[in-house]
Amino acid sequence: MSHKATIPIGPYHPLQEEPEFYKLVVDGEKVVDVDVRIGYNHRGIEKLSESKSFDQSIFIVERICGICSSSHPIACVQAVEDIAGIEVPERALYIRSITQELERLHSHLLWLGLAGHFLGYNTVFMWAWKYREPVCDIMETVTGNRQNYAMMKVGGVRRDIEKDHIPYILQRLDELLTKLEMLKGAVLDDPVLHARLKGIGILTKEDAIDYSALGPTSRASGITADVRRDHPYAAYDRIKWNVITREEGDVFAKTVVRILEMMESVSIIRQCLDKMPKGPIDSKPKDIPPGEGIGQVEAPRGECFHYVKSDGSNSPVRHKVRAPTYMNFPTFRETVIGETVSDATIILAAIDPCYCCTERLLIVNDKDKELMNVSELIKMSQEKTALIKKKMGIA
Amino acid sequence: MKILGYIFSFLVFPGFLFSSIMGLLVGWVDRKVTARVQWRVGPPWYQNFVDVVKLLLYKETLIPAGVSAGTFFLMPVLAASSASLVSTIMLMVNAFPKSGFIGDVIVVVYLMIMPSLALMLGGFASANAYASLGASREMKLMLSYELPFILSLVVPIMKSGFAVKFGTIISHQHASGLTIASASGVISFFVMLLCVQAKAGFIPFDMAEAETEIISGPFIEYSGKALGIFKLAKAILTFIIPIFMITLYFGGINFKGWGFITSVLEYVLILVLMILIKNTNPRVRIDQAVRFFWGPLTAFSIIAVVLAYWGF
Repeated sequence: MSHKATIPIGPYHPLQEEPEFYKLVVDGEKVVDVDVRIGYNHRGIEKLSESKSFDQSIFIVERICGICSSSHPIACVQAVEDIAGIEVPERALYIRSITQELERLHSHLLWLGLAGHFLGYNTVFMWAWKYREPVCDIMETVTGNRQNYAMMKVGGVRRDIEKDHIPYILQRLDELLTKLEMLKGAVLDDPVLHARLKGIGILTKEDAIDYSALGPTSRASGITADVRRDHPYAAYDRIKWNVITREEGDVFAKTVVRILEMMESVSIIRQCLDKMPKGPIDSKPKDIPPGEGIGQVEAPRGECFHYVKSDGSNSPVRHKVRAPTYMNFPTFRETVIGETVSDATIILAAIDPCYCCTERLLIVNDKDKELMNVSELIKMSQEKTALIKKKMGIA
Repeated sequence: MKILGYIFSFLVFPGFLFSSIMGLLVGWVDRKVTARVQWRVGPPWYQNFVDVVKLLLYKETLIPAGVSAGTFFLMPVLAASSASLVSTIMLMVNAFPKSGFIGDVIVVVYLMIMPSLALMLGGFASANAYASLGASREMKLMLSYELPFILSLVVPIMKSGFAVKFGTIISHQHASGLTIASASGVISFFVMLLCVQAKAGFIPFDMAEAETEIISGPFIEYSGKALGIFKLAKAILTFIIPIFMITLYFGGINFKGWGFITSVLEYVLILVLMILIKNTNPRVRIDQAVRFFWGPLTAFSIIAVVLAYWGF
């Protein structure tokens, strides 16, 4: 006799801020199978971007994700600069690196807090989010906004870093670093956390390669892949920094990678502020010629990829976005089977999933013949709902 | 008339009503201290009262489809009534050490299991996957912490000349030193502190209702009055646990003069210790909890019992 039961995580579940559906098939506490349903969060970003001018589409992609709101714009402007072959002033490159690293700091701190919350460790949750405040303050000083920075433009950046602000930024960074050291000690030396995180949700190096895992998820499995080093953009080839990797591939390794990356980020920001040359911050490009271009950025969760195609008009004819979670979350299946329900939540959280970044819808256009119109789509949705209701035995 | 007196002391003072009010206040202390540890402000003192009144008076009480309403609604009542009975007995024996009866320690230990048992049965009765998972975790947890709990309880009993009566345990401690003042007493006190952490369902042993995993587990289908009564049972239990420990280890609550202040301080000490353990640990997995209780804690409590036997 089988004792299998289904435990749904989602579409609405306290674990997740976003609607996403994971159906865990469990035998007692052990997860034996998992079914993933995505598509609750489609917003039509790519299509929207095609209806805007190049200047405006940067602000659209900035709103793909509230956390990666510097990575997506950088990737987008890089793609457009790639089409037109625009040279970006040196100072603007440094400023781009600074915003990127500030974003990484705040994203990793946010993740650390959430991971604590998922483990029932709300003190870490609150503390990590308090320590995130200096990052937001620096962000406000540099860009004028705490979130959704509106910093990037094709050919440069929109705001310069004032000379008077640099001492303040350095002082807040020092403040942050002492707190990071403390948090690092608190998290990495806690025996109970070791017991909870070590050896669970192991993603082997082979699996990480097979699934093309990205960012901290892959670096925790021993893959030294980092867009900042492999395809340098902004000012990353002009300063010294290390790619953090761990071999174990478990949730603890992913935590360690993120914490150590925060230390690296602080060092990168300091070097950038130190080495930043004087000069213009914008090359003021005029026209975007026909052609296609790509932009790659190491977002906090992994590589963020933008493809833009231009026909010489002032708006993109095709804008494709691939967010890192798209590559990372299929690894969940590989890592969760055989683990317990208690660990399933933290294993899922360990890839730092961001679904609103991820979801895209592809419409196959068969020689301008309409395949499905609005009323048909609504009808399909209603039929599907009725089917699900029938399966669940309601109505 | 005696019967009326008993009913009064069970329902009003020091039973259900009084203990509920105290329990909700203790719950506020928990929330406030937690908030301060986490750099938050925390709720005002009446927050828990407002919450419970809202549940009891204004919220709809739903029964999930296909569920036996009898079992489903009996469980919160069972939990609250046994918790109130524990609280009545504990407060009565503290106020009048002679009022107890032989074997009241055993009765209290049994009654303290009832809320967990009710939670478990209520969870299984809810016909919900999360609730069943939570209930099965509660069952495993109960089986694991009861062993070291009972073993550490043996120490104060041995210290007071094998009396299974709270009154004798209290008077014996007043006559020949507190249980906590001995090596075995200290060991068994800390073992019991961790066991009651699990009994009260505090982190790191709150896996039965782990919110981010199984959405409050057995409570998931409870709403309105039923949930409110469950919350009251939990509050009463949280209120009475430190008193239970004071009775066993600190010679009971002294209601006269300066002694009362000392007793309150002891109470706050135990409560704050529990809250701090709760706030400086992540939730452990159920298998880790079982291993922890049956391994090191059982070993420590056996050591304590042996030390107590030798008179340390």
